[in-house]
Amino acid sequence: MMERVVDPLLTQKRGEASLSFAIGFAALLGFFAVAPFVVYPVFLMQVLCFALFACAFNLLIGYVGLVSFGHALYFGWASYFCAYTAKAWGWPPEAALLTGTAAAAVLGIVAGGVAIRRQGIYFAMITLALAQMMYLVALRVKMTGGEDGIQAVPRGRLFGTFDLANDMTMYVVVVIVVLAAFLLIYRIINSPFGEVLKAIRENELRTVSLGYTTERYKLVAFVLSATLAGLAGSLKALVFQLASLTDVHWTMSGDVVLMTLLGGLGTVFGPLVGALCIVAMQNYLAPFGQWVLVIQGVIFVVCVLLFRRGIVGELAHYLRVKL
Amino acid sequence: MFEIFGIPSQALFAQLLLGLINGSFYALLSLGLAVIFGMLNIINFTHGAQYMMGAFVAYMLLQYLGVNYWAALVVVPVLVGLLGILIERLLLQHLRKLDHLYGLILTFGLALIIEGLFRNYYGSSGQPYQVPEALRGGRNLGFMYLPNYRAWVIAASLVVCFATWYLIERTRLGSYLRAATENPTLVRAFGINVPRMVTLTYGFGVALAALAGVMAAPIYNVSPQMGSDLIIVVFAVVVIGGMGSIMGAIVTGFMLGIVEGLTKVFFPEASNTVIFAIMIIVLLLRPAGLFGRAA
Repeated sequence: MMERVVDPLLTQKRGEASLSFAIGFAALLGFFAVAPFVVYPVFLMQVLCFALFACAFNLLIGYVGLVSFGHALYFGWASYFCAYTAKAWGWPPEAALLTGTAAAAVLGIVAGGVAIRRQGIYFAMITLALAQMMYLVALRVKMTGGEDGIQAVPRGRLFGTFDLANDMTMYVVVVIVVLAAFLLIYRIINSPFGEVLKAIRENELRTVSLGYTTERYKLVAFVLSATLAGLAGSLKALVFQLASLTDVHWTMSGDVVLMTLLGGLGTVFGPLVGALCIVAMQNYLAPFGQWVLVIQGVIFVVCVLLFRRGIVGELAHYLRVKL
Repeated sequence: MFEIFGIPSQALFAQLLLGLINGSFYALLSLGLAVIFGMLNIINFTHGAQYMMGAFVAYMLLQYLGVNYWAALVVVPVLVGLLGILIERLLLQHLRKLDHLYGLILTFGLALIIEGLFRNYYGSSGQPYQVPEALRGGRNLGFMYLPNYRAWVIAASLVVCFATWYLIERTRLGSYLRAATENPTLVRAFGINVPRMVTLTYGFGVALAALAGVMAAPIYNVSPQMGSDLIIVVFAVVVIGGMGSIMGAIVTGFMLGIVEGLTKVFFPEASNTVIFAIMIIVLLLRPAGLFGRAA
């Protein structure tokens, strides 16, 4: 018997599960309400963007069992589209965000359509190769600005009224967008559609035999995940006023795997916690140069060997609740 | 001098040669990946880092101990292969009962550790490695100039590839190996030490990567990131060929190298994306890969 990617969590009544979610979400709201007065808001926004990215990734790896090793493709290219429309065409932030997100959705349809033709380990290699291809494209195309990226992207005024140049205003917008997307993901995984996804994760052949066209479900999940990753990338472009090659590089795809794994694959809150840990680590260890790479590698190895449930997964297991 | 499709033959053959060189490395690396995948069911993400280590250890041996290229060709694969065996014993063997994905993630983490360590000490700029004395210079073939070292790399990698193929497909040891891939429990029942075979197979696959690294050292600059970019292309090669057969891995590797070389002549701007584009086309037309068995 193969050990599953995600522990089939203890059977829990629906009411209890949503209660633990409500408590967790309230804690989250409280945290993000107090945090900007304690920590630098730009750091928090960075955490939020990566948290959304990791949640989007988790939708795929944790709930469908598909390992994409190329999610930087959607994150990075969405950030390019958002930055380009905001800067070169002077579009307002809401339009730029939507363009970036839509671009990621289109890329998700194309890449997902190709990648779901193979399963398992091949799926991971294909997504990685596709992302590398688009990285090389980004390196050459004029739109992306090559090595320079797109710098000094104007944040603009949201709906013509809220001036996002103010970090606090921007922060509120990021919190609202990310938490809304987070609720959307929670809704998706607890819908009948989400149940089919989990069935595919547990046993794809059996799901086929029950009459589900699993290919179509996998593609829809892939596109949803790519789109939300794109939303995260677009937000990031506005927050940092920058879209660069770092966001499309394979190391970014690795980062999001690490965040999700550390937080807990297939847990609702795991990716948030993982993103917080990794972003904090990258910020505080930045002066140590390449050691960040080594430490990240060590975290990967330790997580896989000793700690497969991740932080939130272990906590949930210990408390015997679903988180 | 003559022209083919409006391209001077010199340029064409020069790119073909470059394509064959790249193809040699694709073949050696995808061969190693296929051998490891067959026995361990793991996609060895560390393969690129192990190739880089091959080049670096050769460089360090020459720099600090004065060990020359020819000795490095033997010593380095053994050293790096032993390190691979250590990795298998200490880490990978614990993953045998887990989902594929954990093997990929663990080896990815290892690749980050190795690359990070080398970057710490050597920065990200490249170190030069001299072509060995005996292989300097080249010869004029009439239609093109052939540097000796490049001819040697192509010949040597062909020999290594086919020797590996022979070992696995035509010898008794190879038949044990293939049997253990199909049904390890049954092979163990016959009294064959399968776990040891798995360990040695991993060591062998890693040694192949290191050998490729030593051969690459005089051609490309020896740099910490030389492996990570290459390994992604090799993954695409593996997807195109499918990991079902050893011969498939070799043929696909050389073939794609040549295709890449030709693209450099006719559409230079597409040369580094052409392999990925071929991968997409193959996936659309023949999802199992050119030599793969349908899943």
